[in-house]
Amino acid sequence: MAAAGLLMLANTYLIFMWAPTEATLGHVQRILYIHVPMAWLAFFAFFVVFVGSVMYLWKRQRRWDALASSAAELGVLFTTLVLITGPIWAKPVWGVWWTWDARLTTTLVLWLIYVGYLMLRSYGVNRSQGALYSAVLGIVGFVDVPIVYFAVDWWRTQHQRLVIGGATLEGNLHPDMRTTLFFSLASFTLLFLVLLWQRVSMKRTETELEALEGSQELMGGRSV
Amino acid sequence: MRGVKGLLWPVFLVARKDLLVEFRSREVVIGSAVFAVTLVVIFNFALNITPETVDILAPGVLWAAFSFAGVLAMSRAFVTEKDQGSLEGLLLTPVSRDSIYFGKMLALFIFMTAVEAALLPVFAVLFDFSAFSPTLVGAVLLATLGFAAVGTLFSAVAVNTRSREIMLPILFFPVVSPVIIGAVEATTGAIGAGVSAAGPGRWLQLMAVFDAVFLVLCPWLFSLIMEE
Repeated sequence: MAAAGLLMLANTYLIFMWAPTEATLGHVQRILYIHVPMAWLAFFAFFVVFVGSVMYLWKRQRRWDALASSAAELGVLFTTLVLITGPIWAKPVWGVWWTWDARLTTTLVLWLIYVGYLMLRSYGVNRSQGALYSAVLGIVGFVDVPIVYFAVDWWRTQHQRLVIGGATLEGNLHPDMRTTLFFSLASFTLLFLVLLWQRVSMKRTETELEALEGSQELMGGRSV
Repeated sequence: MRGVKGLLWPVFLVARKDLLVEFRSREVVIGSAVFAVTLVVIFNFALNITPETVDILAPGVLWAAFSFAGVLAMSRAFVTEKDQGSLEGLLLTPVSRDSIYFGKMLALFIFMTAVEAALLPVFAVLFDFSAFSPTLVGAVLLATLGFAAVGTLFSAVAVNTRSREIMLPILFFPVVSPVIIGAVEATTGAIGAGVSAAGPGRWLQLMAVFDAVFLVLCPWLFSLIMEE
């Protein structure tokens, strides 16, 4: 946890002080170092939700549900931040806050699916039912994402591949910028793992507490 | 011999049960058809549809109306089962969960197709296009199959939550967004506005892929959540 904090501090220094300023875009380009890692982590988080959901439906162990739901919370958090940092970047570069191209639209649809996932959990009748139903959505949502992407991509594409596309990234980015981006990717990933671990262990503690309360009530003791 | 009939017969029976219930009340089909017409009137006010813009706007209005009316129909699919306690009875019958899923899905598909078949001529008159193009019929059938496949699963999920009327559209629309895109684009190609770059065939393929994926995935997930 301390390591993640230190890395994030160093990351902030690299992003705002060390990385060279982009010639045409200026300082606003620095949002790349935050936007791209968050987008990557959002997709990674939803992959973890998928794995956790499959494992929960297979094994029916609560820890897989804890993993899936924790990852979904973080995924929604990072997708929200992607959807906030994206327009801040797009306005000076493209001249508009938002455009309905494949990547943006897919991200928005993704956000809606996993907001639905979190709502489904909180509106479930009981815990195990909520876990079961949200696992269904965790699988359906993840399988749906590539189809959504292809559909929207055929429908309309005008995204500037220059900025985010993997192949052109190598050629166009200054070596110092690339170093900063990869450092940022690594430190955000560590931060993500720390947050995920914290959330999962918190849910485990909640489960233990509930079990203790339950056994106390059975023995006729006062509940906490 | 026993194999195919043994698989299909329960599906038919479950669907027949839903169709009989619907035939006696007619509330789902008539309700969602009237709702769809209401939506078209509202879209007419909202978008100010004129003879110049009708070719561009009609496919979108058509599919917005069909999908909203479809959600209305699928929201009823498990409500009566749940409220009358007949879901437990259905689960106790010696048929597989897959048969229940496909039976419910078949009934939902028939309801939605009936509504759409009744409305297409009305829309054809209102928006002045030909309702009898094979592409349009294909788009309607493929899109409705996709709606029914996902809708049956999500309806079964949403019915067990608090605020089920809110949860179903929130879960349903993002997931079926590729079908809505495909249906609108194929319809645009079919009624001759010609703004779709890829041609309607590609969009029919996209919907077919979506249907195939979710007709495998949804029954499997349905049988898992219906265990208890």
